Amino acid sequence: MPDQEPTPEEQTPPRGREPVDGRPPHPQDQSGPRPEPGEGPPATDTPDDGTRGPRNEDPLDREPLDVAAVLGELLQSAGAVLTQLREASPEAVRDALADPLATAVGIAAELGVDWQGTVDDVVGYTRSRLAGDYAVDEFGFDPEFTERIVLPALRPLARSWFRAEISGVEHLPAEGPALLVANHAGTLPLDGLVLHSVIFDEIGRHPRMLGADLVFATPFSHDFARRIGVTYACPEDALRLLQTENLVTVFPEGFKGLGKPYSERYRLQRFGRGGFVSTAIAARVPIIPVSVVGSEEIYPVLAQAPTAARALGLPYLPITPLFPWLGLLGAVPLPSKWMIQVGEPIATDQLDASTADDAMTVFDVTNQVRETIQDTLYAMLAERRSPFF
Amino acid sequence: MARVVLVTGVSDDFAARCARSLAARPGLEVVGVDLVPPRRPLEDVSFVRADVRSPVLAGLLVSREVDTVVHLAPLVVRGGSRRSRAADKESNVIGSMQLFAACQRSSRVRSVVLGSTAEVYAASARNPAAFREDAGLRGGPRTAFAQDCLEIESYARSLPQRRPDVAVTVLRLGPLLGAGVRSQLTRWLSGPVVPKAAGFDARLQFLHPADGAHAVTRAVTHPEPGLYNVAAPDVVMLSQLLTWLGRPAWPVPRPALAALRRPAARADLTVPDDVDGITFGRVLDVRRVAEALQVRSHWTSRSAAEEFIALTSPGVRSHIVSVAQRRLGAGRA
Repeated sequence: MPDQEPTPEEQTPPRGREPVDGRPPHPQDQSGPRPEPGEGPPATDTPDDGTRGPRNEDPLDREPLDVAAVLGELLQSAGAVLTQLREASPEAVRDALADPLATAVGIAAELGVDWQGTVDDVVGYTRSRLAGDYAVDEFGFDPEFTERIVLPALRPLARSWFRAEISGVEHLPAEGPALLVANHAGTLPLDGLVLHSVIFDEIGRHPRMLGADLVFATPFSHDFARRIGVTYACPEDALRLLQTENLVTVFPEGFKGLGKPYSERYRLQRFGRGGFVSTAIAARVPIIPVSVVGSEEIYPVLAQAPTAARALGLPYLPITPLFPWLGLLGAVPLPSKWMIQVGEPIATDQLDASTADDAMTVFDVTNQVRETIQDTLYAMLAERRSPFF
Repeated sequence: MARVVLVTGVSDDFAARCARSLAARPGLEVVGVDLVPPRRPLEDVSFVRADVRSPVLAGLLVSREVDTVVHLAPLVVRGGSRRSRAADKESNVIGSMQLFAACQRSSRVRSVVLGSTAEVYAASARNPAAFREDAGLRGGPRTAFAQDCLEIESYARSLPQRRPDVAVTVLRLGPLLGAGVRSQLTRWLSGPVVPKAAGFDARLQFLHPADGAHAVTRAVTHPEPGLYNVAAPDVVMLSQLLTWLGRPAWPVPRPALAALRRPAARADLTVPDDVDGITFGRVLDVRRVAEALQVRSHWTSRSAAEEFIALTSPGVRSHIVSVAQRRLGAGRA
């Protein structure tokens, strides 16, 4: 790691990067480190805005990164937690240890998780689950667990942290199968989780996601993914879900989208081989393009560590403003403002089912979907004032 | 005229059960063959002590006028045989080749039913959640037993090329679970702790022996040549199963699980050969067998597991839970 700085990293930005205050910097402002006039701790910007020349046609360059204010808030809340911990009475600690489950549920409720019931309800429900009394489908999807534990825990992340807003909900079918195609970004597939949370809240259906093999080859990630209804992205599983009238979400960019550098943000990567289009045509279901803005800023990838990534067997190992400098705290996503736009469905049922194998048709539809999402992304970016508000 | 069915491998409990349920059918005469006599009486089945590899068998096919051969001998491997790997391969692959050659030569044989295993589908992170019969076998099976079964399947399926009048039905049977089942799987689940891959909760699907025997019987009485998955339609998670069993899981890193097999055996713990199957789980699509053979499982995976659990000694965890509940109950009252 070339320019690792001693702690505390929160207070001093790594040298050689341009600290920015709350105001939008001029793209060519190369004035180097500046003292901060009392606006909270400064933070790093990506080298992208500073080092490359202006690209006036691109709406991205007009956006400032307001990491400073965010880091300040993070530090404040961390301090508050520490103070509370110091003030905890021995009795409270003893109570907490006597019933760790209730404590965990209670803490989560304090953090803003709405469990749709009292803490006692949830504790009782969890106990009954510990008896193994639930059913999963052949994909290992556990709707009860997803609805009662995962989605309530995700809701504050989606609604309060990312303040996700969704438009075009009328394009989501209330019943019947459909294939949602979305852009993929942000190093960790949080966009899938946020989409799941937001779409479930809007129409009460689970968008079953398709994931890469790494998701299922990794311990614990395998369990979590299967439990919330993710399955391996292969035509067999996609077709099977669509034939049983499910809403299926696919991220055709895959790792290429997740791990792309911050300078490439909101530029769609290659859409695989268009396998999702073949599947949609074969199943005769509409393709619904979904454009997500905000996911790129949660972990801005400044650089890659390919050697370390290879050693760990990962497709990429990103270096972000917070990771790996802050360790686990670096895994806290930056609170960008998310906007999700559901586009008009692209019908595939007027196409002959036999064209599912026709490379020309598949490429045409793939490009149509890709361009729809890309155009929507640019339009949304042009309207956006800041990545964080 | 009564049809004559020859069933191989009847020393195995499941094969014996199939033979008995075939013999219970009117108009079916059943001959059971194995080198080892069965543990329990075969009732109406006439037992012939012979090796599938011996020329006696070819003579038997002719002398008893056998028209249907039900080949279940390969499954003995999973039924708890303690033979060496080489002996398994010898008797399974070579034995099956010779049996099918004898079938080819006997003009009376009209149908062959082969009991194969669901293990031929490789469980991995890169395979579909549910396997259909026509699924490409990406990666191929990992266990020696499954590789043998795949080889035997290919011999069976090439039989109609030389004898177009012979109908070949291959049944890929899910893991057996239920009362009286003794296998690697049940030994694994009956240990004081159950070794498993940490962070992998397998999706498990079972087949109750009664349903398995029903499918075999149906394939004999209503020959519908083809390849069929046979298993209960539902899925239980390994964590659920262990909770019901009341046995603690022993999570070990996935790469270490296969390496654990030998040392664990010394500590009286069994780790099944099919490590991937208990890591990722393996689920079969059973729609084809329901449509073509009209075989619908009477038992679910869950009820099969419950029957198995009812007949095994409760695990440590359920003991602790019951004690804790008694204490807590007393405390509250």
